[in-house]
Amino acid sequence: MTTAGAELTLRHPVERFTLDNGLRVVLAPDRSVPVVAVSVFYDVGMRNEPEGRTGFAHLFEHMMFQGSANVPKMEHARLVQAAGGTFNGSTHQDYTNYFQALPAEALERALFLEADRMAAPAITEENLRNQIDVVKEEIRVNVLNRPYGAFPWLQLPQIAFESFANTHDGYGSFVDLESSTVDDAADFFSHYYAPGNAVLCIGGDLDVAEAERLVQRWFGPVAARPVPPIPATGEPLPTTERTAIVEDALAPAPALAIGWRVPDPVGDFDRYLGTVLLAELLSEGDASRLERRLVHDDRIAIAQSSYVGLFGDPFDVRDATLLTTQVHHPAAVPAQRVQAAVHEEVRRIAEDGVPVDELRRVQARTEAQLLRQADSVLGRTLGFAAAEIVHGRAELAGELAARLAAVTPDQVQAAARDLDPGTAAVLQLRATGGQR
Amino acid sequence: MTTGLDLTLIPPLGEPRPQPVPAAEESTLPNGLRLILVPRPGVPLIELRLRVPFAATTAADAGLHTARGSVLSGAVLLGSAQHDQTGIAELLQGHGAELSVSTDADRLLFATTLLPDGLAPVLGMLAELLTGATYPDDRVEGERERVAERIRIALSQPGVIARSSLAARRYGEHPYAITLPDPELVTSVDGDALRDLHRARVLPAGSTLVLVGDLDPRATAEAAADALGDWTVSGHAVEAPPAPDLRATGIELVDRSGAVQSNIRLGGPAPGRTDPDLAAVRLANMIYGGYFSSRLVENIRERRGYTYSPRSSVDHQAAGSSFLVEADVATEVTGPALLETWYELGRMALLPVTEAELDGARRYILGSMALSTATHAGMASTLSALVGAGLPPGWLAEHQRDLAAVTVGQVQEASRRYLAPSALTAVVLGDAGRVADQLEPLAPVSITRSASA
Repeated sequence: MTTAGAELTLRHPVERFTLDNGLRVVLAPDRSVPVVAVSVFYDVGMRNEPEGRTGFAHLFEHMMFQGSANVPKMEHARLVQAAGGTFNGSTHQDYTNYFQALPAEALERALFLEADRMAAPAITEENLRNQIDVVKEEIRVNVLNRPYGAFPWLQLPQIAFESFANTHDGYGSFVDLESSTVDDAADFFSHYYAPGNAVLCIGGDLDVAEAERLVQRWFGPVAARPVPPIPATGEPLPTTERTAIVEDALAPAPALAIGWRVPDPVGDFDRYLGTVLLAELLSEGDASRLERRLVHDDRIAIAQSSYVGLFGDPFDVRDATLLTTQVHHPAAVPAQRVQAAVHEEVRRIAEDGVPVDELRRVQARTEAQLLRQADSVLGRTLGFAAAEIVHGRAELAGELAARLAAVTPDQVQAAARDLDPGTAAVLQLRATGGQR
Repeated sequence: MTTGLDLTLIPPLGEPRPQPVPAAEESTLPNGLRLILVPRPGVPLIELRLRVPFAATTAADAGLHTARGSVLSGAVLLGSAQHDQTGIAELLQGHGAELSVSTDADRLLFATTLLPDGLAPVLGMLAELLTGATYPDDRVEGERERVAERIRIALSQPGVIARSSLAARRYGEHPYAITLPDPELVTSVDGDALRDLHRARVLPAGSTLVLVGDLDPRATAEAAADALGDWTVSGHAVEAPPAPDLRATGIELVDRSGAVQSNIRLGGPAPGRTDPDLAAVRLANMIYGGYFSSRLVENIRERRGYTYSPRSSVDHQAAGSSFLVEADVATEVTGPALLETWYELGRMALLPVTEAELDGARRYILGSMALSTATHAGMASTLSALVGAGLPPGWLAEHQRDLAAVTVGQVQEASRRYLAPSALTAVVLGDAGRVADQLEPLAPVSITRSASA
């Protein structure tokens, strides 16, 4: 399996350069299909929001689609889609990204659109009021009007962490969203959306010299601005168990989430890789430890999953982050019983270690999943860009399969020893709507 | 209003590069199983899709069939003559694979990705399950309880309730009226029922195996014949009976007390994949609400802020295709949002679209078809759906030519027939106490109580 990892690295050489205004540029050419992906990652995410402005990073992401100096409202979408392309953006804990996947002949158009809004997005009162309404509907769809909407991603961090950066609601309170002003948005843009605070990553069907010329042409004129320092979001390791109970009036059945603090995803990368494979070994598929124990043998769970990183991508976050185990269980099964079974399975790994053949199977499956993500030009390009902005090395995305294949049973055992029941954050969801 | 674009600044599009056309090698095994093999460049992986026709035979049988199918799709992995559940999962996992088995109203689908070296053993395991899944009684009991519990959870999701309410209103007694099985029926499914169902319906004749990716077609065909040659149950695949569309008038308001949003759902018939009107309807759908650059998004999201992701789509099932509209809107603007949604439909039906709208929609559909088939997984899923629907792999190219030829007049004609508000059945899921007054001025409203809210 290391051969496939090496092949992936070889097939996607990475070129990089930096413009005079500080914009870091990564090119990952691959001409096998006539598709190109363009992405801009800004080094600002939910964790950077100040108190009183929860949800602002995401609201501002919406504002970047409202037009710019030379692009009227709705035209960003039309210019991309009428070229046969797709677009979107997303707000993460540590960055916000914008991206297009298009036929190769539309590359320059996408660069124009990204450069135009990097220089001057249309931040107006009318656009801001409109997008506050849209974001409120987004929160109603995804959180308020559905069962388990905030579970556990908005609720678990509140007990797992201490600092405002790590505990606050990144979707935002309606009070904070509604009181946002055009001045707030202009300040946020000025502070965080400087070219020197961004990475432009282009992947797929491109000629390196021609792409470099086009990048210089469109992004070169964007004025340089001071770049804010990256705030430290790490915090001291927890020393006690923390628990909380939340009620969900829409949910028909209870659920449990256990979060353990894990090693620094950037500064302690080798140790962290053991944690990533531990999550796979615990929960991925019918052969996994928790699926067998909770679902099939003890029959105390309806569904279970474990993942590293708030949104399930272990390689797009900085410190501090969690390994989360999430279990939906029947009302007749007490949460304590589920919790004890999870801790017992983790302790078995911590004490007995992991058989080599079991780890090999988990590594084969993990490798296949990484390759699958890299098969799409857009998926690959976003992976390179996230590695560049979080780890400072786009190449890391191409090396992950090989790095994970090299993890030893000892590393996974050490990762399990890090999951101490005495320092876990445990969230119980009670279904108060009754069986409806 | 938008100001005019300074077109001189927008970089023009370059010359399109031709899309590589993958060569699909087709053959049929002596047992009747169709093989579609597509070697393509890309990552060293193979994507596998086995599609088995699995429709309910009659409307009367549909409830029980759907319940049994929902348990079978998990229980088929619970054991074979040679391996227990863990052994099956471990063998697959060692080759980077994990079989996902799912059912819908038309088919049973086995799907996985796998590392190329694992082709023979993964096909061998698939054959072991097809010819010898044991459905151990005790394990089946555990599985059916989990499935029933998952269905109860699904039925608390507003999107799921809205979808099933619309299907019930459109299809009445037809099997397509059932989008999720009744949990009570699910808990009565036992190992005997699954073994009978498997024997009667998991048949090679009518089924299609698609393999796409890093493969050699000749060696792969041999491996498939070796592994699956013993799958020799005889019998004929069953397709769903033709689906009626009841076209009920007025609005059905499904009460969900306390809801902070209303889920608006409209649906009606659409041309099938072989109907000459399909290309025009797909383009009309895009212009109306099929993508971000559409009239519906511009109106109720970007102008009025009523909703986050309004959308329309053309959906194909074996026995009937649909044009669907969805918008989840704030409770207090439910009436105005439905008014605008109907207004934009009426405008499509009565007035011509612009050449620019048509051109944008056409380029988007062609571009997104190219994007969605530019991965092993996208190509495998697309071919499995097309060939499973009885179409040749070359249908994609033919459909692209059809799209290129559609005129503004044809879009209007198709819209008048398929997008007119009068052609669509309407369901709104929301807090009836706060929403009924808003809807009554628009059309007669009948209020029903949600089964699960």
